[in-house]
Amino acid sequence: MIRTDRIFGVVVILVALAFIASAYNLPPGNIFDKLGPKVFPIIVGVGMAISAAAMIMKPDAEPDWPQARSLLSLAFATVVMVGYAYALKPSGFLIPTAIVAGILSYQIDPKPVRAVLIGVSLSGGLYVIFKYALGLGLVALPRALMG
Amino acid sequence: MEILSNLALGFGVALSPLTLILAVVGCFLGTIIGALPGLGPSNGVAILIPITFTLGLDATAALVLLTSVYYGAMYGGRISSILLNIPGDEPAMMTTLDGYPMAKAGRAGDALVISGVASFVGALLATLALAMVAPYLARIAYKFGPAEYFALYALAFATLGGMASNNQAKAALASFIGLAIALIGLDNNSGFYRFTGGNLHLADGVDFLVAIVGLFAVSEVFVFIETHGKASAVGVKLGKVTVPWAEMWSTRWTMLRCSAVGFVAGVLPGAGASLGSFMTYMMEKGIAGDKGGFGTGVAKGVAAPEAGNNAAAGGALVPMLTLGVPGSGTTAVLLAVLMTLNITPGPTLFADRPEVVWGLIASLLIANFVLLAMNVPMVKIFVKVLMVPPAILLPGVTMISFVGIYSLSGSYFDLVLMIVFGVMGYVFRKMDIPTVPVILGILLGYQMENNLRHAMTLSDGDWTYLFASPIAAVLWIAAAVGFIAPMFLRGVLKRPQAPESAIED
Repeated sequence: MIRTDRIFGVVVILVALAFIASAYNLPPGNIFDKLGPKVFPIIVGVGMAISAAAMIMKPDAEPDWPQARSLLSLAFATVVMVGYAYALKPSGFLIPTAIVAGILSYQIDPKPVRAVLIGVSLSGGLYVIFKYALGLGLVALPRALMG
Repeated sequence: MEILSNLALGFGVALSPLTLILAVVGCFLGTIIGALPGLGPSNGVAILIPITFTLGLDATAALVLLTSVYYGAMYGGRISSILLNIPGDEPAMMTTLDGYPMAKAGRAGDALVISGVASFVGALLATLALAMVAPYLARIAYKFGPAEYFALYALAFATLGGMASNNQAKAALASFIGLAIALIGLDNNSGFYRFTGGNLHLADGVDFLVAIVGLFAVSEVFVFIETHGKASAVGVKLGKVTVPWAEMWSTRWTMLRCSAVGFVAGVLPGAGASLGSFMTYMMEKGIAGDKGGFGTGVAKGVAAPEAGNNAAAGGALVPMLTLGVPGSGTTAVLLAVLMTLNITPGPTLFADRPEVVWGLIASLLIANFVLLAMNVPMVKIFVKVLMVPPAILLPGVTMISFVGIYSLSGSYFDLVLMIVFGVMGYVFRKMDIPTVPVILGILLGYQMENNLRHAMTLSDGDWTYLFASPIAAVLWIAAAVGFIAPMFLRGVLKRPQAPESAIED
């Protein structure tokens, strides 16, 4: 049976090999810097590969992964947060924060009305705290609306 | 009497109105953070770091605030352990064993008071011990050259990794992943860019604050989405709180013994507060024997782990301040704070910036008294806070994390990177790969490589130089023992798990 630890181990070994290959292309050391920029990364890459190999040889019991539906909602949460990262600058603080906080709240406890209330009040409350109590330079609304 | 003049200097710094207010605010926030299941000292401090910087606090003030949070979280962890049978943070796990039975027997108030006083005794004695031990250790640390420091870093990884996971391979892998991430970006010695893949955003490397907040705070949201916040705390009841003087007095030797053992556990790199509370509980259980009734709800059973873990929290500051090597996950986060403030911990810190060191120690002493007042007479406030449902708390924490990181750099890239670390933290937690060594790697990678390169240049490429001095040799042996010993001890010292079924009723 293929286990998570084995798959993960193989991925890590591939990454480690790429890491080592990339380190090989760096220049060698000189008299003032005997090892140069390449030796320590190679040591780290080899260490990664060895520990990953040990995971492949002796994997732990399969982790308790959530069911497909839960995984889907976790993926959705990730997408929402990444969207937030891109939206924060162009659209200001209030609207994206209310939406994301509401969605996350609904995902933790699916009560739609309460989630909307939580989203809106968290967004407003945090804006007031950050802007006026802590003095951060947040922009409230999309730049287009602010003139 | 050097220590008295040093402490006088410290109190001179710490007794300004601003630092006192920061200490009170920090203690209050810290206790809340510790009490809430899912938020512990490391992610609590992590979330607050970016905000502290944007406030423009100076080094001493920032440190006072964040270490008060740290101490406060260590106090607060016991509250949910006792009332809900859910440890507020990992070191408070042992407190569930006797604390929850006491609460079930209607003695929640007694358990909270006794454990609060035990926390105070442990933390106070440890802070005093820190003030006495640290300057001596700093003097020894002056003898450290690059080879010794390289060995010391290896020791930190070996012991922290050895303790933190059930699988040494996974602990080692986590350390190497952290080190690899630390190597991304410009190499200051040679002027070459490494492992950036041509991405300009990575040219300055990965900011460790982004990694810390992602791994510790954002990953928590994923866990709560998956479990739908089952560990929530609705319906907690606490009657009138009175002080059980006689019973508390009967635990005096337990508190003192456990403070001493906890402090030593904390000083050892990697051992930290969780081990401190575990060792002290098992020790007291052994001393009391079968008649002691440990596990059925006895006062000593809550006094021992709380004195132990709070003493360990103070002890863990010793290697962090004197050597720049953190003894636990949270002190790793505090080290990140120091480094961001351009303060390099280590022996020179005691000579160059005495006002920082002694101001910190003095403010820890003040924080302890503030915490005693908050956690014994005012404990009911924090019990109310426990009732905040996760559906409000976790979105709030996430949004604070986003704003905190965004305020550091104003870059969407760091936010995306933080989410990547959040996903990584969730997956690692599922797979039982410890995340603390990753943080340690990112924090120490630069210095570890620098010391190695420096040592090799000094020795003209002779690798045996790394093991040549007696100090280095001892450190390497300790590292090997620290990494291998847990494999054998694990069978002997099997951690008792809190009974799952008790959460339902």
